[in-house]
Amino acid sequence: MRRLAAIYRKELQYYFQSATAYVVIGLFTLLSGYFFYSIFRYYNYLSYQASREPYLGAGLNLIDGVMRPLLGNVGIVLLFTLPLITMRLLAEERKQGTFELLLTYPVSDLEAIMGKYLAALTVFGVMLGATLVGPGLLAVYAKPEPGPILAGYLGLFLIGCTFIALGVFFSSLTSSQVVAGVATFGVALLMFVIGWASAFVGPTLAKVLAQFSLLDHFDSFSKGLINSQDITYYVFLTVFFLFLTLRSLESTHWRS
Amino acid sequence: MIQVENLTKYYGLTVGARNLNFTVDNGEVLGFLGPNGAGKTTTMKMLTCYLPPTSGTAKVNGFDIIERPMEVRKRIGYLPEKNPLYQEMAVDGYLEFVGELKGVPRGSLRSEVDRVVERCGLGTVSRRTIGKLSKGFQQRVGIAQAILNDPEILILDEPTLGLDPKQIIDIRQLIKNLGGDKTVILSSHILPEVSQVCNRVIIINHGELVAVDTPGNLRSRLKKSAVIRLKLRDSEESNRAAETLGAVEGVVMVRVDSSAGGVMNLTVECPPERDLREEIARTLVERRIPLLEIYTEELSLEDIFLQLVTEEVS
Repeated sequence: MRRLAAIYRKELQYYFQSATAYVVIGLFTLLSGYFFYSIFRYYNYLSYQASREPYLGAGLNLIDGVMRPLLGNVGIVLLFTLPLITMRLLAEERKQGTFELLLTYPVSDLEAIMGKYLAALTVFGVMLGATLVGPGLLAVYAKPEPGPILAGYLGLFLIGCTFIALGVFFSSLTSSQVVAGVATFGVALLMFVIGWASAFVGPTLAKVLAQFSLLDHFDSFSKGLINSQDITYYVFLTVFFLFLTLRSLESTHWRS
Repeated sequence: MIQVENLTKYYGLTVGARNLNFTVDNGEVLGFLGPNGAGKTTTMKMLTCYLPPTSGTAKVNGFDIIERPMEVRKRIGYLPEKNPLYQEMAVDGYLEFVGELKGVPRGSLRSEVDRVVERCGLGTVSRRTIGKLSKGFQQRVGIAQAILNDPEILILDEPTLGLDPKQIIDIRQLIKNLGGDKTVILSSHILPEVSQVCNRVIIINHGELVAVDTPGNLRSRLKKSAVIRLKLRDSEESNRAAETLGAVEGVVMVRVDSSAGGVMNLTVECPPERDLREEIARTLVERRIPLLEIYTEELSLEDIFLQLVTEEVS
């Protein structure tokens, strides 16, 4: 546990001593702030219209009108930003050769991976926390239901956990940060959108694809629905990718 | 104490190390000698549990490298060949990090870091960023992390690689000071280094063990013939020197190497088991040939190394 904590601290220190954390968190909050602003202004416009034509206002509420589109957009921004956080974690150690030394200390592979994973998760937590400003403002001026908002955030957090595990895995496969980052982004994007094809393929395959889609599982969270099936999906993928990372480390012992 | 038994490593079809057998006693400094790609680094990587052997095994202080790698890792300090360090960290921050990983008790972490900083002469740079230090200081940081938590065994892969002569002397002195209470394995292809620092030498070539012995024994073992060199003052008598010496019992061959500036250089070959210096000196004095110098030539480690490695090839 102490060794895991040491690796965790070292990685976190790196994020915040270099520009990485500030640039990534800064850009991420800028973008999500912009999304909040534009979505909210549009909602504002719709409410104004609705005041004159009451039938328009029937389905209008803060959750469906602001939070759902906002969280969806934030999810897409995460798709771009999380690979930037994870790509360095193991690839750089491999490139510098520090990996060899790390693995000759009395540290288990699991401790090394989890220390790094949790450090990236912490940076992500700070990012996600920073976006709470928007819903916070909503809570001050209106009275949105807190439940669906929290459920939506839980969904985003789980997506982040999955992306980071995926990123750590790709980072363990290569000594090039760029390769790790691009591969993470590509696979994450594919997992995000794979559900779209379910509209065209046969009914059986459609169900399978929908089950694989990150987006489809996120949808119920953003509606305020916490479904054990969806939680299981994200937790399973996270554990799966971390397990693959462990195996990949083990194979470096055997191959190099 | 390290016992290596039939240690073998193949990279695909390429041999990294084949059937290595040797032991290293406590407190001994053992030198690994061999050309580039001979299997020195491979062997070290196996002993530090980074690479698993294809077959065979080794025991480090009684712990098997395959069955009890964590116990082995706790007892080993390792300096890899390229001395990989986290360039962005400060020296003391890095050493504290390594200390935590090596399981130095929390209470004594600070004092342990101070100890290795002191021992490796890093006091003046302990707050600086590693990446900004000179190569020599970086190498000391590498050794500092290896000796952190006082491991019983040190494995140093080419510890003086890429340093300037002054730094090389410093690092060698550091390693010499470490020997005695620690078991040290160090690899090198700089031969004088090995003969200066090590109690015993292992010569490896093409992944196979060619010889294990003390530098001194290796020398005498390889002496096919002893060579005595002579300097004589050039005179009428000395022209007969070659002839005279050829007649001394036991001399195999006499050769006049050069004769210039009133000094004549001769080489006398004789069988390795007999020291003919006395005989030769007496003969020369009796014949009134003016003798200036007489000495036997020791085989340098370079010669031994080349002989062994070449024999192996042929």
